[in-house]
Amino acid sequence: MTHIKRRTVLAGLGAFAVTPVFAPAIAQKRYDEGASDSEIKIGNIMPYSGNASAYGVIGRTSEAVMKMVNENGGLNGRKINFITYDDGYSPPKAVEMVRKLVEEDKVLLVFNPLGTPSNTAIQRYLNTRKVPQLFVATGASKWGNPRQFPWTMGWQPDYATEAAIYAKHILANNANAKIAVLMQNDDYGKDYFNGFKAGLGAANQKNLVQVSTYEVTDPTVDSQMIQLKNSGADVFFNITTPKFAAQAIKKAAEINWKPIHYLNNVSSSFASVLKPAGIENSQGIIIALYRKDANDPQWANAPDIAAWKAFMAKYMPQGDIRDDGHNYGFSVAHTLLQTLKQAGDNLTRENVMKEAANLKNYEAPLLLPGIKINTSATDFYPIQSVQLARVKGESFELFGNVLSNESV
Amino acid sequence: MTAITSAAPMTDDPRRSLGSYAMIGLLVLAAALPFLVGKSGWISNFTFLQLSLMIVYAIAVLGLNLLTGFNGQISLGHGAFFAVGAYTAAILIDQYSVNAWLTLPIAAILCFVIGYLFGLPALRLEGHYLALATFGLAIAVPQMLKYRHLEPFTNGVMGINLIKPDPPFGLPLSSDQWMYLAVLVVAVFMFWMARNLLNSRPGRAMTAIRDHTMAAGTMGIDTSRYKATVFGISALYVGVAGALHAIIFEFVSPDSFRFELSIAILVGAVVGGVASLPGAVIGGIFVQFIEKYADAMTKKISQAIHLPLELQPWTLYGLTLIVLIYVMPGGIAGGLAMLWAKIKPRQGG
Repeated sequence: MTHIKRRTVLAGLGAFAVTPVFAPAIAQKRYDEGASDSEIKIGNIMPYSGNASAYGVIGRTSEAVMKMVNENGGLNGRKINFITYDDGYSPPKAVEMVRKLVEEDKVLLVFNPLGTPSNTAIQRYLNTRKVPQLFVATGASKWGNPRQFPWTMGWQPDYATEAAIYAKHILANNANAKIAVLMQNDDYGKDYFNGFKAGLGAANQKNLVQVSTYEVTDPTVDSQMIQLKNSGADVFFNITTPKFAAQAIKKAAEINWKPIHYLNNVSSSFASVLKPAGIENSQGIIIALYRKDANDPQWANAPDIAAWKAFMAKYMPQGDIRDDGHNYGFSVAHTLLQTLKQAGDNLTRENVMKEAANLKNYEAPLLLPGIKINTSATDFYPIQSVQLARVKGESFELFGNVLSNESV
Repeated sequence: MTAITSAAPMTDDPRRSLGSYAMIGLLVLAAALPFLVGKSGWISNFTFLQLSLMIVYAIAVLGLNLLTGFNGQISLGHGAFFAVGAYTAAILIDQYSVNAWLTLPIAAILCFVIGYLFGLPALRLEGHYLALATFGLAIAVPQMLKYRHLEPFTNGVMGINLIKPDPPFGLPLSSDQWMYLAVLVVAVFMFWMARNLLNSRPGRAMTAIRDHTMAAGTMGIDTSRYKATVFGISALYVGVAGALHAIIFEFVSPDSFRFELSIAILVGAVVGGVASLPGAVIGGIFVQFIEKYADAMTKKISQAIHLPLELQPWTLYGLTLIVLIYVMPGGIAGGLAMLWAKIKPRQGG
């Protein structure tokens, strides 16, 4: 309780202060657990092991961004203490690690926990404890529900919108397309799939000729791919996380199945998906993007790409620059920094949430031109636009306009 | 499994009563812990959760001990009963708003029935055949929980979120501290029941079957019915542990009960000491701490002694196991008893 006493004293002093403008600034220094004059504690969980371990680089990148901030004097004079644990993409492990972060490490907020199953498992706990679950690394549409879960906020474009955009693109090119879908059997997969079905519309459900699922604990998706090929489909919507995405692309080439291939954005990494699958097997794959591809020559002179490359060279010299996780981590970590910057000296959990819901036209580094972050007390979907692209050589070729979610 | 040895004979020598006083003292201390700490935060709620989990695993290990240590049957599938208990509690609380504590006896009865029924045909199998049949169960159950037509109940891979009960009567405790106390009481009751069972006529019949099935049959013991019943009781213990796990952890999902859990329970039983009640407690501690913290310990050890090669968490876990089994073939409880036996005569002389 010492800080309250001191605050009262300072406020009292402020009343006598000669410069009245200065007084309220001091009086407004407010902290919750995990924040102080010298430090902000941020908690994070990531799958550093297990079947989704390809995403682990995101956590390592966020950690390195915070290190960079600390070496440059910290944020508003405070050091950032970034604590990250492995949850192995396993919901029970996520619950345990998040409880450790909140109860033992006493973090101010939980930032960018990854995976739809893990986030679902911890959402109720964090909302009852009133701890921000900020900028979660999953695009399930349920993260933007401030009425029921005021302490949870998403970040990337939601899956349902992205899938609907693919569906509309498929129909626009071929109204009689025969579509096969491969999906992970959990809320992440279902979210994409339901959005996709909604995008097709009730009249076109017959276009779906085969839907196969896999479990995240499965070793491969080989048998599913054979099933999909045998359905005679000419369009393939691939709802998979990196390891399985790479397997699916490779297997399609092996069995000589050449549909028009739509890949979900969560597997847009060259290093962990398209390279392991074989660049030659990945040509022509269509994917929705919201961030700049570092290898695309048109961004060579963009200042954010340059800043990111300098960061990579200094803080992650061993990191593979073609791994999209580094790109993602850099961008999302800066969104958190912007939020904390806006919160200033009022580092209560409530105020952090308030500022997260008060991002106005924020251009986070690496976002595509024309895509800005906007949130409000009723809009908990920070990024809502994407642009379609095709794999061409070793980079993506953007086409069409920036497409936005029309429903919100 | 020739290395299985019985617990010390039950005699009324003064040393033993001293031991039981010490145990009661320890229990009172354990029960007083949340009140002593109160809300000072000296021991975090997370630590209380881990202590509770430790006790829960001790109950599960005790269940397997009854089967393996005292009845001579091997099971690689007790994680399945753990899952059944946990899901029974979770579904009853989540969908039918049943009081959390009422779910314990329900999970117990259900697991007993399933265990008994599974035991009837399976126990005609001996030794490693039984081990394989139970192993199949451990692999099948997590998949069954994901089954589409069960999803309205199990919520598929996403699992079920629960909220644990608050302390009653306005006790000055956090809900984690209260859970810890409740789990401790359940555990003491379960251990007391197990001790009474083992000291009874059926208990002696159980060990007789373990020591020599044919001889036990000749003495008029219905071996296959006994075996199935012990399997049921064993499943009951593990089921109660599972239900407690669901309540204190506030979350169940098929991922929580992969076959690794069955192996962990077996390892806990063997490391603790298969035919010993204190061994079950040691086994519970082992399951919760050594396994989960092998990762953190690996990092600390590699940093401390600058190993030239990269140490993997499971390597450390495996090495610990190998060393333990070589040094203390009777488990830690057996090893301690042996050590005590060696020291004692010197003290007397």
